[in-house]
Amino acid sequence: MERAEYERLRWRCIRRALLELDITLTRFLDNGFEKLTEDEKEVFVELADMEDHELWYWLSGKTECDDPRFAPIVAAIRKS
Amino acid sequence: MSIPVLKFDAVIVGAGGAGLRSAIQLSEAGLKTAVLSKVFPTRSHTVAAQGGVAASLGNSEEDHWTWHMYDTVKGSDWLGDQDAIEFMCKKANEVVVELEHYGMPFDRTDNGKIYQRPFGGHMSNFGEKPVRRSCAAADRTGHAMLHAMYQRNVKANTQFFVEWMALDLIRDEEGHVLGVTAMEMETGQVVIFHSRATIFATGGAGRIFYSSTNAFINTGDGLGMAARAGIPLEDMEFWQFHPTGVAGAGVLITEGVRGEGGILRNSSKERFMERYAPNAKDLASRDVVSRAMATEIKEGRGCGVNKDYVLLDITHLDPATIMKRLPGIHEIGIQFAGVDCLKEPLPVVPTCHYQMGGIPTHYSGRVVVPKDGDFNTVVPGFYAGGECACASVHGANRLGTNSLLDLLVFGKSAGDSAVEDLKAGKAHRDLPKDAAEKSLARIAAIDGRKGGANVHETRLAMQRTMQDHAGVFRFGDMLKQGVEKILEVEKAAHQLEIKDKSMAWNTARTEALEMENLIEVAKATMISAEARKESRGAHVRDDAPDTAEFPNGRNDKEWLKHTLFSPVDNSITYKPVNMQPLTVEPVALKTRSY
Repeated sequence: MERAEYERLRWRCIRRALLELDITLTRFLDNGFEKLTEDEKEVFVELADMEDHELWYWLSGKTECDDPRFAPIVAAIRKS
Repeated sequence: MSIPVLKFDAVIVGAGGAGLRSAIQLSEAGLKTAVLSKVFPTRSHTVAAQGGVAASLGNSEEDHWTWHMYDTVKGSDWLGDQDAIEFMCKKANEVVVELEHYGMPFDRTDNGKIYQRPFGGHMSNFGEKPVRRSCAAADRTGHAMLHAMYQRNVKANTQFFVEWMALDLIRDEEGHVLGVTAMEMETGQVVIFHSRATIFATGGAGRIFYSSTNAFINTGDGLGMAARAGIPLEDMEFWQFHPTGVAGAGVLITEGVRGEGGILRNSSKERFMERYAPNAKDLASRDVVSRAMATEIKEGRGCGVNKDYVLLDITHLDPATIMKRLPGIHEIGIQFAGVDCLKEPLPVVPTCHYQMGGIPTHYSGRVVVPKDGDFNTVVPGFYAGGECACASVHGANRLGTNSLLDLLVFGKSAGDSAVEDLKAGKAHRDLPKDAAEKSLARIAAIDGRKGGANVHETRLAMQRTMQDHAGVFRFGDMLKQGVEKILEVEKAAHQLEIKDKSMAWNTARTEALEMENLIEVAKATMISAEARKESRGAHVRDDAPDTAEFPNGRNDKEWLKHTLFSPVDNSITYKPVNMQPLTVEPVALKTRSY
């Protein structure tokens, strides 16, 4: 991932509507994101584009992530 | 250096509730309107508001705006301006119904009306008994509100500049506001937005505290810009706190945890609430619990390496009960404290939630400053609404669900006033030659500095200082030291250095610019808090205790007045509270008790 592309993603993770997501996504960017494959990184970019409440429900386990494309990355973030 | 100039009738900074609401007024009046936002509008912090919006619709039971007004004045501990409070409470029904017409999916009663739920502090008949006044859309009121208003703006052709950061207010020699400078994050390009009306709707600055429920975006950019342009900040000592946020994270732990039997403990595992409230213990009111926690920490009985939090213990409760009655609490412990609350206590600390003070405004949304003995001299071309503004309707403490009402009423009001002023035919005034110079110099200094201060460390030093010295319960000696410390931090905040010098998407630079805004708010808060020698609403001092002469420590003889902090020389002046409503009898002073 190019520098500018990563920094744009970073901004979109560290400035969310919900504090819970600011913390969770920042943590994942710092501890886990680099280990993803390029394809997985693309999926993460899409995930980060979701509405805050829906995304937080998945990441907090309040609702189960039923999308097979996102499920592995949601699980990885929950563990980070 | 030639800087591009974009010309608009109106430029609005911030795309949360207040910004979107005022944009609707301007765009629907046919004015060319720009809205600048650091993030996509529906990612503004208004999204986090769950509680609802207050309006005396009377759909569930009898209610009246004068009762709502009474609750708001009482909540404000009589520091709110009663003309502005009347204006807001009277307008509530109108703005809620408008929102419904924009497509807001309010919860409904069986007969199709907007459903109203009870909320703390909402009473009927001037404080007699609880009344159902809060209008909500499930637990997503703020989110639904933003979506409805964003769609309305798209229809009205509002032009959005998303992922742009406003940098500085542009004023001419006569003090007229002529727009802002702003930076496009994608390119790093600085642009002048030249406007006939400039509206600030930048939200709060809760990130000045170490423990805050506010999202990272709440860096008080509007307050920082106003302060740098010489506009005073009003009542900045008043911040609302929740007793239990996760230490180090700020994520709220519902007060229901204590309701279910949770116990607060200090470093020696003592159940300290027994000393402060022998009967109610951990179920004492929010302010009593917060003060007890702050006192334990101040007196060295806090936990952890820095002794800066206490423990909330639910390990004695049945795990099945916890999982059933307190859904989410287990997950919050794991995610944000690294603690399994079924086995270990949770680290908690009183946590900042809402900023009552801000840029001084009239209830028309026009920004006002003192000049030649008149406290309400309008700054031509400048308007503000929502959490960044101080009308003042929240006074020393905000009534629940009045935050969403504030942004609707004063967002609309600021928009209406701008439309009125612009229709009166004001042309674009000439830009000063050096319109962008200050902003460019700030950026060049941050980019070029070697051996300067680290942004992250400076922010942390500010947050620690604010939390320790101007938190939920304040001590005279700590406030005095706090003033010295924050002025030290300020020096570092004006000497920031960043390693990344790229133009495109330089988040380090953006965070440095945010830090320069935060420090203005932190300084105003600390100095204003040190100066106010009474307790009132959310500003509670150890050396202004509850006595017969001064119930709750409130001293109306000397302190029934608004603080105006001048950023030019760090001085303070005071202006009278407006006790005269627009059409009804004033709500007379009395002791605030619930």
